Order: sequence, then C-alpha cells, then structure tokens
Amino acid sequence: MKLIKIDKKSLKEGIDKLKRTYGVFGPVREKDEFEFKALGAAEMPDFSFSNTRMSPKAIVYPQTQLMFTYSLNDADDDCRILKEVPMDERPRAVIGIRPCDALAFPLVRRNFDTPEYQDTFWVKAYEATTFVGLACNVPCGTCFCTSAGTSPFGKEGLDVLLVEDGDDLFAEALTPKGEALLETAGWTAEAGGGAEEKITALAATANEQISSTVAFDNIKNREILELYNAPFWEEEGFSCINCGTCTYVCPTCWCFDIQDETYGKSGVRMRNWDTCMSPLFTLHASGHNPRTKKVERVRQRFMHKLKYYVDKYDNGIQCVGCGRCVRLCPVNIDIRSICNKMNNFDSEACKCETASS
Amino acid sequence: MTGYTEKIREIAARLLTEGKVDRVIGFRKGTVPMMNQPHYVTSPAMAGELIWDSHCGLNLANYVTDRKERIGIVAKGCDSRNLVTHIIENKIKRDQLVIIGVPCTGMVDRSKVCALVEGEITSVEESDDAITVSGNGFSKTIAKTDVLRENCAVCTHRNPVIHDEMVGEPVAEQTGVDAYASVKKVEALSPEEKWNYFEDLISTCIRCYACRNACPLCYCPTCFVDESRPQWVGKSQDPIDVRTFHLLRAYHCAGRCTDCGACETACPMGIKVREFTKKLNKDCFELYGWEAGLTLDKRPPLDVYKTDDPDDFIR
Ligand code: SF4
Ligand code: SF4
Ligand code: SF4
Ligand code: SF4
Repeated sequence: MKLIKIDKKSLKEGIDKLKRTYGVFGPVREKDEFEFKALGAAEMPDFSFSNTRMSPKAIVYPQTQLMFTYSLNDADDDCRILKEVPMDERPRAVIGIRPCDALAFPLVRRNFDTPEYQDTFWVKAYEATTFVGLACNVPCGTCFCTSAGTSPFGKEGLDVLLVEDGDDLFAEALTPKGEALLETAGWTAEAGGGAEEKITALAATANEQISSTVAFDNIKNREILELYNAPFWEEEGFSCINCGTCTYVCPTCWCFDIQDETYGKSGVRMRNWDTCMSPLFTLHASGHNPRTKKVERVRQRFMHKLKYYVDKYDNGIQCVGCGRCVRLCPVNIDIRSICNKMNNFDSEACKCETASS
Repeated sequence: MTGYTEKIREIAARLLTEGKVDRVIGFRKGTVPMMNQPHYVTSPAMAGELIWDSHCGLNLANYVTDRKERIGIVAKGCDSRNLVTHIIENKIKRDQLVIIGVPCTGMVDRSKVCALVEGEITSVEESDDAITVSGNGFSKTIAKTDVLRENCAVCTHRNPVIHDEMVGEPVAEQTGVDAYASVKKVEALSPEEKWNYFEDLISTCIRCYACRNACPLCYCPTCFVDESRPQWVGKSQDPIDVRTFHLLRAYHCAGRCTDCGACETACPMGIKVREFTKKLNKDCFELYGWEAGLTLDKRPPLDVYKTDDPDDFIR
C-alpha cells in the first residue's frame, strides 16, 4: 500500500491545481447544514462535517436533468425530432465523500449500467467522476455501514481514500483514476513509516464506535409473499405521511419520472427524481393505480430495498447504511427496525397467534 | 408536564377496556433523540407504548382523516383546533372521537437544540421546564423557553379547545406575545427585499412535500401538484414551479391554518414554511377577527359569505 501524506496547510494549493483540470465538488456549510456543492474559485471543502444532509448522488444524477429539446414548429427542419442536450463531460472530482455514499455509486450502477442497457446520462457523468473519499474517524449513532456492505474506512467505490490524522491527511490511491488525481494535485510525498499502523488503529477505533446494525441474513430465504403479506406493515406504516424525504435524501434511491414540458412551439424532455411514496408514481395512463394505499407504498420501499433487490442482484441490500432516512424522516420510520423486523419475522408463529386468538 | 405519559396510558387503557374506542392514537418513543413517532394502540396491554414529552410536534389530527372507527386521540392545543376544523369540514365525526386533551407548554425545535451543542446528541432528559442533552464528552441543560418552536413561542391556545378527557390541569395561556411579529418584519420590507427573502427561504426546497403531507388540512384526494391530467404545475426544480407550490399550498390553508407548526417540523430542509401561512392567518385575524379551530359553531371565513364581509380591497 503506497501512502501519501498531505499537510492540511498545503491542501488548498493542491485543490487549486485540481480546479484547473476538474470540476471540483466538496462539502460546504450552508445555513447550518453541510451539502456537496461545486466549489468556486476561492472555496475549499470543509471537512468538519459528519455527513451532508442530502446525499452526493445529485453530482452524477441531478434531481432535474434536461435530456432532450424539441421543436413543434412545422417550419423547422428538425420539427418533432428529439435533440440530446449536450452534457458536461469534463472530468469532475468529489472531494470528501464518505465511504457509505461512495459505495452507493457502484450499487446504483447495477441499475443504470447493465450489459443490456446503459443510461448514458448517468454513465457519462459517473465515468467523468473521480471519487476522493474521506474516512469517518467519528461515525454517528445512526450510521450502520458495517452491516450494509462497507465501513467507516471502506474503500469500495472510491478512487482515493483520505484519512485525517491531526494536521495531516493520508491519501491512498485505489485506482489509476485516483493516481492521476493525486498526481495532478501534486500530492506525491510518501507518508513514510508508521502511517499504515496509524490508519489501522484509527479504523479500528471508528469501527468500534458504530453502535447500530441491521441483520438481513434470513430475508433472502423467505418467500416474497410471506414478507409481503406480513401483518406488521399496517402498524409500521401508520405514521408514514408518504412524503419524498426518505427517497430523495437516499444515495441509493434511483427512480425517476420523465416529463415533457412544452412552451409554445418548443419544449424539453427532462427527468426528475421520483418517489415510490407518491401515489402518482404508479398511476397508470388508464387511471388505474395498483398502489392506492399508503401502507402499500411503505411496504414497496422496504421490499424493494431489502427483498427484491437482494433477490435480483444477490449483492446485499439496496442501502449503504448512511442513516439519512433515519435522521430525516419526519415521523421517525426507521429502516433499521423495519429491516430487523423483516429478518426476524416468523410467519408460522404469527399464524399460531392468529389461530389461537 | 411530568406525569402526562402515565395519565395518557391510564386513559387509553381505560377507554380500550371499556370498549369506548377501537384504537387510541398517540405517540411512541422514537428511535433517535428528540423524535417521537405517531402510533396507535388497540388493546389495554399496548397502552404502555404511548408516551408524551416535548418532541410531539407533529399534529395527530392528520391521522384521523376519513377514518371509520371510534378513535381515542391524544391532542395538545393545536391538534384539538385541527380536530375542530376536521369536524367542521366533515373529515371525521365528533361522536367518533374521544379527545384526550393535553395542556401544552410548547414543543421543542430539534434544530435549535442541536445548534447549541458541539457534537452528536445521544440522549435527552426532560424536566418541567428544561431539557438536558448529552453526548460524547458533553452534557448541557437548556431552558425549554430558549428552544421552543417558533409557533409554540407565540401560541396563545395551549389548552385543548375541545376534549373529553384531560391529562392534567390547564396551563396558563401566554399573554403579551405578538403572534404576528415575524409577519410584520416581512411586511416592512420593500417588494424587492420581500422577493429575495422568499427566494432565499425556499432555495433548498426538494419538493418532498413533507410540509404538505404533515398538515391535517391537506387531505385532497389528489393535490394540485400531483394532478397529471391536466398538469397544473411542472414537477421539476424549476424555481417557478417551486414557488407555485409554496404559494398555493399556503392559500389552500387560508383561514384554516392553526399554526400548529407540523409543516415546519416535518421539513427535512429546515424551511420555515409558516412564513407563508402565518401572513394569511394575520390577514384572517385582521379582516375577520378569525383564528381557526376555536369553535365548532362557525365555518372558516373563506367558506362563507356575509353581506358585511370587508371589501375595502376591491377597487
Ligand atoms: S418513511 Fe418517512 S420520509 Fe419516507 S415517505 Fe414516510 S414519512 Fe416520508
Ligand atoms: S435507505 Fe436510508 S440508510 Fe439506507 S442508504 Fe438510503 S438513506 Fe441511507
Ligand atoms: S399549514 Fe402548517 S401550521 Fe398550518 S395547520 Fe397546516 S401544518 Fe399546521
Ligand atoms: S417539506 Fe421542506 S423541502 Fe419538502 S416540499 Fe416542503 S418546504 Fe420543500
């Protein structure tokens, strides 16, 4: 493992160099909260955050994305022909992404980039991006990454991992993209002896601080309908107000809705994030809606993340344990409790209870 | 307020034992600090799941809309006013409800508390007028009055306006508060400053609609923003559409809003959406002497026509 040492005082110099080649994104404080933003010429990433309120997924997959424009003017040669909106394909770098959020990109890629289909908008943006992670020395109480496929010092999905150690940062290039970035920034000073041990110790301390976990080992073996028909959805879904919070803040929620907006004789085709919590999500053109009840929509969110995804990809759950939905759900619906409920659900015991009562 | 939890449990268990209601709606303890979850219990044995503290800022009237059973419902001052509004608007029948009134001393704004400490809050204790938050290496006691939600700080209807049971003695109502101070500040701005103020206010809106969905007033089967045939409002992050949502949401609440603050409490982005509704509340108060949800005997002013309705604004 080749480790680079970056003196925090020289961080700015490196980032300034990066800005000449990359569009640089990083966490900044805005109105008391941290969000990932494109950094202006004078702006620096602020590493004093635990995690951003919104996930960084919008860097690759914006909430509203213009896809095509069109003309409806018969006099135009290209009337009624969709023209792709040119994308910004210049290299971009995300500095300071947390390991959970980084894992979300390869996870979401399973949906957007398959041998049969490539979502070119997502794929182009993803490929243009270099992910520079920042290990979590101090995870928070709602983080459960260690049971969702990564850890506070996890590397999957990253091109570089940064580790904070007092006034220094250690950097490890994990991919050729990452090596190129470190090179461009001029971060080349080798860390020297003891760095690896330090990182191992910091990682161990961070892992120990993870206080919440989920278990899903039984879910895979359960019949879909057994979980689908489980009696707990009614009670667990009661408080849900069917807003879009949980899905919009989630780094792994990938659903969108395509809309055309026409102004006079011209228009745009765009896509917007959509949410399975909205009745409109499943409204058919016929007027039929297969998910009319709130409880059906709550169940869908969890069944998708914790059962359908598990069955389809055989690669863990569709959740990286960032805890955003837990912190931000206005009515405290907690995926950790629901996951554990689904995992421990015993339909036989449940039937007995109903039978005897 | 200490002792409310026991009293709520006792009443819920009694109502369920006597078969007076099919379920009791209240709050259960949340899984993260300063969060509680709307919850229902259907048997006396479950009554122990209910709790009460200063983090019950959501409005439970939102959970009885169009329900058919007989319901016991825990209601602080503002919830009871939304129950009144619900009854007037035929969203629930009075005789379906057993209202368990909670005299309220205000709910706490989680973000205000978090702003007062460095580090993650992992536990919270509460006494009558203070809360103590602690985390790794810190513990801090904060007077409740310093961290009240803004609507609670100016509330003058803390005691339930209708109730069948009460969990405690009525509390003293606040006097000398200016309920509309925040509106007056905005009213004093120039048009350009107002524009900038509201642009900044909603600049982080993600259109999740938690504000709308947390509000008991927003019960339309299909909200105008969700309507797709015809589509009244675009669904993107276009600022025109975001503004349209906010202005129309507020107007749909005119004369009905109780300033319960559930909308603001629910917003994941910390947007003060009451800045819109509060102005309309003020107008209703000044034009019609009206505050929503105080009586079952009168309909909201925009529901009725009276020959002496103020009309000075018509030119
Ligand atoms: S689970 Fe929470 S965040 Fe998600 S739709 Fe329901 S209320 Fe909104
Ligand atoms: S489901 Fe919740 S905890 Fe899991 S990745 Fe999404 S926001 Fe994070
Ligand atoms: S608009 Fe907000 S303050 Fe008014 S009743 Fe609805 S949730 Fe309560
Ligand atoms: S809850 Fe907040 S972010 Fe969501 S739509 Fe309302 S104002 Fe916007």
